[in-house]
Amino acid sequence: MGKTLAEKILSAKCGEDARAGDIVVAQVDVAAFQDGTGPLGVRQLQKMNLEKVKAPYSILFIDHAAPSPRKELSNDHILLRTFAQKTGAILSDVGDGVIHQRLVEDFAKPGDVVIGADSHSCTSGALGAFATGMGSTDVAIGMAMGKTWFKVPETFRVEATGTFQPGVFSKDLILYLIGMLGADGATYKALEFGGPTIDTMSMESRFTLSNMAVEAGAKTGLIASDKITKAYLQSRGRLKEWRPLTPDKDAQYERVIKIDAGKIVPQVAFPHTVDNTKPIDQTKGIKIDQVFIGTCTNGRIEDLKIAAKILKGKKRAPHSRLIVCPASRDVYLDAIKLGLLEIFVRAGASIMGPGCGACVGVHEGILGDKEVCLSSANRNFKGRMGNPEGFIYLASPATCAYSAITGEISDPRKIIVRGQNKAGKGKSPDKKVRMLKFSSASKMRENFAKAKRPKKK
Amino acid sequence: MVLKGKVWKFGDSISTDLICPGRYFHLRSNLPELATHVLEDADPEFASKVAKGDFVVARNNFGLGSSREHAPTIIKLAGVSAVLAKSFARIFYRNAINVGLPLIECDTDKIDQGDELEVDLVTGIIKNKTKGIELKSRPLPKAMLNILNDGGLVAHIKKHRDFKLD
Ligand code: SF4
Repeated sequence: MGKTLAEKILSAKCGEDARAGDIVVAQVDVAAFQDGTGPLGVRQLQKMNLEKVKAPYSILFIDHAAPSPRKELSNDHILLRTFAQKTGAILSDVGDGVIHQRLVEDFAKPGDVVIGADSHSCTSGALGAFATGMGSTDVAIGMAMGKTWFKVPETFRVEATGTFQPGVFSKDLILYLIGMLGADGATYKALEFGGPTIDTMSMESRFTLSNMAVEAGAKTGLIASDKITKAYLQSRGRLKEWRPLTPDKDAQYERVIKIDAGKIVPQVAFPHTVDNTKPIDQTKGIKIDQVFIGTCTNGRIEDLKIAAKILKGKKRAPHSRLIVCPASRDVYLDAIKLGLLEIFVRAGASIMGPGCGACVGVHEGILGDKEVCLSSANRNFKGRMGNPEGFIYLASPATCAYSAITGEISDPRKIIVRGQNKAGKGKSPDKKVRMLKFSSASKMRENFAKAKRPKKK
Repeated sequence: MVLKGKVWKFGDSISTDLICPGRYFHLRSNLPELATHVLEDADPEFASKVAKGDFVVARNNFGLGSSREHAPTIIKLAGVSAVLAKSFARIFYRNAINVGLPLIECDTDKIDQGDELEVDLVTGIIKNKTKGIELKSRPLPKAMLNILNDGGLVAHIKKHRDFKLD
């Protein structure tokens, strides 16, 4: 009997034949904290007298409150920096970017087991890694011991066919799927995305799919590693880390979900749950106070390019604010090189430094009472952006950008006509824009390789 | 072990943002203080009125959202003896067991605000004293039971220096 991607990866990492339902202890290749979960994790290790790192990549990301808006958080950052110095863990500091974007850029690779103390750690699943979010204690122990336990998940296979209409993107596909499955429709399961639409989809669009797998309750969101994965890793100077990885033809799926991507229209998730999605024609007249383009879901260069194309030469609606936040330092540099930031600034945007920005309600765009935000993020829970009296709607960067101009939630198909929309057409923008390499990112990896730390058995 | 207490009833989809709001991010290294805001956005009175031993009871998908382990940690710190729901989100489930907060999956439709419960963690029987009925819970998977019985994941690893799940 064949294996799903999840079963294949976990079998290789636990050294036995892992099948859905089995409990396995698997090796961990990448273990990651962010500044909201890391301090608790570090303290747990201190309690156990286990302050060391054994996972090949053990990384601390300072991204959620970066730069720090309060002294308490600055002190948490000190704790993480000290832990990194002591143990040789990699530190991705203020301005380097969001954990999940940084993980796919420089660390996760096909076949890896990636655990992150952040629910959207499933993002790296798009590279063909078994990547999942866990709590501080689980990740701390995975980091210190280089292994963790899993229940091998059953898999829902999502088969997408057809070509997106102009103005429709992978964000609309995943919002549509979550609306269909419900926020707990895939709890404990792995999602596996495939089919012709995914086979020809750019890597950046794929990351958006895997990123939001957790919003249907899933443990991870896997995509086969293919030539598009290869081109992406090559663009990051990591060609050697690529290997092909596909599910077996006779793999057993708990459920197969077929979606005709050509029929999907732009989707909007209404407050206060991500599965509260509606097609854009049911959103007329929703005025917005703030538009936020960024995050680990849609703060990549492909997203910023689409947004800039729409905003070029235009101004945001006078009653609204526009916040743009590149997901990482490399995305930021690419946006500078391509002239996108100038377009945003002229359109009336505020540009935030790479990181989570306004997404998690700590700083950089907290909503006022009764204010409405349209966001390219992945979550719209009550209180998410720092105020339980605020209202968050989720949509694609194109919908966000166009709505910033009109001042109310608006259908980007009105301005994106065929021929301008690259998404879903089989062209990987990764090949076109030569990614700027931020030297310190590869430096970080080099330093880590040299750093003294406990020898692997 | 038999737990006794009063019910605080919540609805569907109680997210980690409702349990542990992001605006208190700066209190994450001050858990006792953070615990004074537990479930604040779902019920502003809860934190000040909950008594030691009380139960949090909810409907579907309790704990969805972020991986913040602070969410089950502050529910426990507030004195709650267990959370009962029809279903739990995956990461929350694992986190709760790791921090030693018992979770009970059962049909919570027959439990209301203020009911007095007796929960037997070993047999999985829930007695609703107020309504005079008994409910049965789905048992915890063995691996999780082992961790919970050791007092959480830190205690489990301290004891065995490894995972001992079966
Ligand atoms: S950008 Fe938002 S969703 Fe992504 S890691 Fe940061 S806070 Fe979480």
